[in-house]
Amino acid sequence: MSPILVVNEVAKNFVMHLRGGLVLPVVENVAFSLSAGECTVLGGPSGAGKSSILKMVYGNYGVDHGQILIGHRGGYIDIASAHPRRMLEIRRETIGYVSQFLRVVPRVCAHDIVAEPLVARGTTVETARDRAAELLTRLNLPERLWSLPPATFSGGEQQRVNIARGFITDHPVLLLDEPTASLDAENRRVVINLIAEKKKEGVALLGIFHDGEVREAVADQIIDVTGFAPKRAVA
Amino acid sequence: MTSQTQSEVLDTSIAPNEGRDERPLLSISGLSKLYGTRIGCRDVSLEVHAGEVLAIVGESGSGKTTLLNCISSSLTPTAGTVTYQMRDGRVSDVFAMSEAERRQLMRTEWGFVHQNPVDGLRMTVSAGANVGERLMAVGDRHYGQIRNRATSWLDRVEIDTDRIDDQPREFSGGMRQRLQIARNLVTGPRLVFMDEPTGGLDVSVQARLLDLLRTLVADLGLAVIIVTHDLAVARLLSDRMIVMRQGRVIENGLTDRVLDDPQAPYTQLLVSSILQV
Repeated sequence: MSPILVVNEVAKNFVMHLRGGLVLPVVENVAFSLSAGECTVLGGPSGAGKSSILKMVYGNYGVDHGQILIGHRGGYIDIASAHPRRMLEIRRETIGYVSQFLRVVPRVCAHDIVAEPLVARGTTVETARDRAAELLTRLNLPERLWSLPPATFSGGEQQRVNIARGFITDHPVLLLDEPTASLDAENRRVVINLIAEKKKEGVALLGIFHDGEVREAVADQIIDVTGFAPKRAVA
Repeated sequence: MTSQTQSEVLDTSIAPNEGRDERPLLSISGLSKLYGTRIGCRDVSLEVHAGEVLAIVGESGSGKTTLLNCISSSLTPTAGTVTYQMRDGRVSDVFAMSEAERRQLMRTEWGFVHQNPVDGLRMTVSAGANVGERLMAVGDRHYGQIRNRATSWLDRVEIDTDRIDDQPREFSGGMRQRLQIARNLVTGPRLVFMDEPTGGLDVSVQARLLDLLRTLVADLGLAVIIVTHDLAVARLLSDRMIVMRQGRVIENGLTDRVLDDPQAPYTQLLVSSILQV
């Protein structure tokens, strides 16, 4: 089966214009691919560029060199050079993302934050809220919190809202940036199960997991990001 | 995101064009505005599609308000064109229209939310009349219907409907701004221009207004061009943004890409100047 995402010769530098144009090479020659129904884990120590790779795939970071081809609407699009409008379409239809931290929107309650991505994809508000309720229940978020904006929630509670929001859609590709970092053992197991279900549905997952137990449980392929370390510092 | 032109060629060669040839609602090309020899904005080109929110950011004097005023035809540009696709699919050159046609466009297709509600409201007529006036301007004559629609819009922008006969000068700043939004949206525009809509408001009032705007924009599928110097407002409301400096567009892209991985030196300075709370 052809891969749904192909990363090819990707390189990324940060140019710090406020530091006299200092160039910080992050990664180079990044190459891997994702297949439907598999979970690929980016491994390596902090600072190796795992998050940067994830963010480039989501179009959140620019790509200096190389291609990121995504299967979208029956063809392949190069994310590295896609027009912003195309990228928004890809995010709506093809690539979902569970960020590390929830971006809290003033006044919007947890229940609606979770339901929102489904509503944006055309599901009725009622159905989306039902589905959101199922996920929040599975993730053991106390029902009394659902009607509150998550700004005052604990880190773990916010993360569960974020996970529910990310898992509610049926995007064919799902990116996970340390979704289990502040969860207890019970909720980590819930997330492991959610990932297993996504795989069964044929979703290709790309994730960062610092927790060894979770990584072992979900990974079909582990990519050592240190292999993409820049060979030399750019002057 | 450096080779935009090349990418478009690549995109079309390997991907289907579904939804791609959908024409923009608004197209701006080579727009410049000079005030004598001083530059307001220079050689700006951009497109806005139906349902898309574009933020224009930059510090005071960067030309963002000049640009907004040229696009919305409150100022006449020195050079460049602005075309708009009408509801019936016709594409019109905004500056080639007669005064009457342009006035009609502004009443039916466009809205303009000013930073200061006093500039967008009539302060000495009732809240209901402020909302109803735009309906009458597009030919509505039935008093009862006009009042009903005004009432439902006041409710929608969270103004107590008991206040329908009060004048906006008796309203707080946040209420006035919400009234201005109702006045603009009652005629069902497809494109709304906003100039620092949360500018003069307290933070708590700002949050409420932002949430309201976010909901209305999503529910109504509005296209919005919003000028703001507040990057948090841009992040919350917009899909794409352009950064202006000294009258020029120096960076553009997806809002989160521009904010999380700013490329231009000036954008890096702007982003790094945000105070964390």
